[in-house]
Amino acid sequence: MKNSTLHLKLNGNEKTFLIDPADTLLDFLRETAQLTGTKEGCGKGECGACTVLLDGKPVNSCLVMAVQAEGRSVTTIEGIKSDKRFDALRASFLEHGASQCGACTPGFIISSAALLTDNPDPTDKEIRSALEGNLCRCTGYLKIFSAVKHAAENKGER
Amino acid sequence: MTKIVGTSPLREDARVKIDGAAKYVDDLSFPGMAYAMLVRSPFPHAKISEIDASHALELPEVVAVITAKDIPGKNKIPIVFDDQPCLAEDEARYIGEPVAIVVANDRRTAQIAATLVSVKYSELPAITDPLLSLAEGAEKVNPVLGNILSRHKVNKGDVDSAMSIADVVVEGEYKTGYQEHAYIETQGVIAVPENEGGIALYGSMQCPFYIHKALGYVLGIPLSKLRVIQTVTGGAFGGKEDFPSLPATHAAIAAYLTSRPVKLVMTREEDILCSTKRHPGIVRIKYGARRDGTIIACDAEYILNAGAWSTLSPIVLWRGTVHSGGPYRIENFRVDAKAVATNSVPNGAFRGFGQPQVCFANESLIDELAVKLGMDPVELRLRNALDIGLETLTNHVIKESCGLKKVISLVRDEVKWLENRSRKERVLSNGKYYGVGFSAAFYGTGLGAGGKKIDRSGAFLQVAFDGSVQIAVGTTEMGQGHNTVLSMIAAEELGADVKKVSMLPIDTSRVPDSGPTVASRATMMSGQAIRDAAKQVRKIIHDVVAKRLGAAVETLEFEPGVIFSGAKKITFEEAVTWCFDERVHLAAQGWFKAPNTEWNSENGLGDAYYAYTYTAIGAEVAVDKETGEVEVLRIVSGHDIGKAINRREVEGQIQGGAVQGMGYALYEDLVSTNGKIIRPNFSGYIIPTAADIPEIKPVIVEEPYEGGPFGAKGLGEPPLIAIAPAIANAIFDAIGVRIKKLPMTPERILETLEAVR
Repeated sequence: MKNSTLHLKLNGNEKTFLIDPADTLLDFLRETAQLTGTKEGCGKGECGACTVLLDGKPVNSCLVMAVQAEGRSVTTIEGIKSDKRFDALRASFLEHGASQCGACTPGFIISSAALLTDNPDPTDKEIRSALEGNLCRCTGYLKIFSAVKHAAENKGER
Repeated sequence: MTKIVGTSPLREDARVKIDGAAKYVDDLSFPGMAYAMLVRSPFPHAKISEIDASHALELPEVVAVITAKDIPGKNKIPIVFDDQPCLAEDEARYIGEPVAIVVANDRRTAQIAATLVSVKYSELPAITDPLLSLAEGAEKVNPVLGNILSRHKVNKGDVDSAMSIADVVVEGEYKTGYQEHAYIETQGVIAVPENEGGIALYGSMQCPFYIHKALGYVLGIPLSKLRVIQTVTGGAFGGKEDFPSLPATHAAIAAYLTSRPVKLVMTREEDILCSTKRHPGIVRIKYGARRDGTIIACDAEYILNAGAWSTLSPIVLWRGTVHSGGPYRIENFRVDAKAVATNSVPNGAFRGFGQPQVCFANESLIDELAVKLGMDPVELRLRNALDIGLETLTNHVIKESCGLKKVISLVRDEVKWLENRSRKERVLSNGKYYGVGFSAAFYGTGLGAGGKKIDRSGAFLQVAFDGSVQIAVGTTEMGQGHNTVLSMIAAEELGADVKKVSMLPIDTSRVPDSGPTVASRATMMSGQAIRDAAKQVRKIIHDVVAKRLGAAVETLEFEPGVIFSGAKKITFEEAVTWCFDERVHLAAQGWFKAPNTEWNSENGLGDAYYAYTYTAIGAEVAVDKETGEVEVLRIVSGHDIGKAINRREVEGQIQGGAVQGMGYALYEDLVSTNGKIIRPNFSGYIIPTAADIPEIKPVIVEEPYEGGPFGAKGLGEPPLIAIAPAIANAIFDAIGVRIKKLPMTPERILETLEAVR
């Protein structure tokens, strides 16, 4: 039952929604806010497909209740798309063939964006460690690592 | 010389995926949409005496509860033998078997209501071990086919005599576990009633025409009133070949009976519990060889645990059977293979399709043979390797495109075999033991003699006024790069810029049936069908250009985007404008039929396939003898694929397949006790993560196959098949014990070490 109010900063804009307090942040984003770029892979915080930024930090949105986002900032893949700082990252995923079926891709982009914001020059080990919570079943991960590495190296050029 | 084929244009489908804008099935909704949830059997075998939906129907948001007796058409799912029901009626035969469909206004109510449907079960004895199912006097598990769902044999030469004169004989029994596909997007469909009385079915799938047929069965209405639309598919690996017909029929029946759109998307837990998986296998295999390493006989027995219904098991079994001795010329070969029914979840298609099980066995045993012969395992493989003029296990004489020896040699060099194998210092600085292992495989591409009736592909190609090109095929993009590769083939053959080519989204009412997207066949079969269409359209264009210029059509030359007539250059767009002026129809249908195969099902001999992809794998590992943990340091994965159409995507298949194969080899342990899958989630079923990934070096060999587009053979499955035995052989090299059961978990390695101590 949608009988509770949620105020939050969603992809940079202050917004108010009527929500069901039983909804997870993932349910809210996909069903109420109609932002379907965030994917559900397991619903148990084990695959990382639903990763979003909560106050700038990556979280599994299936493990966060929507009401916990009250007064906070949430960034989804739709927000990353319109943030020029991450154009090089998105382009690098395309150029390196880092997305195959794509179901895990928004989650990987979010985790990578969080990494590059905190640490613009990550080592290979830091890249792997930042992406450990995201499962990919298609690529074998290597092209994802290259994409992130390349985006970090070329950040000044785009 | 090709201009586009062999390069690596970007994947257009990836742009929207990266932006989160691609619409997967769960991202879609339709006005008035309801949600379906299944009531599933909690017992591996039980009689169903009553289904009482009254409590569920008391909930105001519940729309309907549907059982077998409400199905408008046949209660059957067509796959191979049509033995599987859409909904269990009198008996349930595995845990998770669908019993009733609950439809509600929202997802949560559907979930709650499913628990309120009261089904009266009386539990019956269950058989979950395939060996018990084979025992004399065992209860009948599958009511239609009995307990042996399928059996295949190959009998070549005189195996017994050859074994008796062999200088060296080795044998072993190898077991492999389940493997879950673990596509990141779970199974899902939406059925939408159409104005004309039919159903449109949207969903995540590999084979829209399988589903089309299944909907016709259960609804009892003409196929012409049904259409199936593939939504962006978030990984499949075989798991969306046969299985989606089941949820698709459930949603379609619900939509048909309630006249509302119905969405059915599985949770991860439900998906792991109820969807098909890789068959657990038991392989007993024996090689006999001469002292010089020539293998003269192979004798094998292959058993698959198929689960309760036959699904694709007969074909999975067949593929494994005809590949079971390995990519070698062996004069005397015998195999007896059975797919056995048990009261457990039905297994089905999974990348490799019955081959990873036998490959683990035969390639492990080849290394044991090498030890007994005192021979280098790579030398032993080279000595027996298939080559032009030699015949396969089933007597198929290879006439072209055989790069096996080349790929073995290149992988041997790339993995620094001789140097690494003879390393004196085996203990690494971290205390782990170093080892290097090798394996080889062959893979018949396409459906071959086992499924030749549907090994054909249709294509449609049309050029629009602006010079852009639309192609339609019925094979599907599921992440592998299908659309990019086929667009490249179309552009190359037509003479258009690849950026101008688009693929029509899959809708069975608009695209030709190109057969299923399986068996690593789409590039080959749909590629050839597209070439057929593109050649016809190119001829139409060139005829118009020649006429305009007053040149002989044979003198025209072309490359992507340009036509040359002597020194004159005409752009493709200009030529298209001329064609529209001339009122010619710039469109064509293409068709490709796989070559005929000669096959004798009595003795299992003949041309099992048309062409083979050849594989060699080198794996380096570090084994911790204290914990039993295996770290894969490096994989060299070599494949003769005829022609790499798009190199980047070829590498993507090779690396992705290697990691899925590593998971199969080491981590992925789906535990099933008495037919019940324990811990159906990603904390119980561990797939490889970013932390586990070694360097994976692709080696690409191109021995062209005349029957494939620009020489290409299939590649989707081979990268997974031979990974596990290469790792097993590397573990043996590192610590001197042979692990004969997959997955090779730390516990299993410690147990084996303990046993030899």
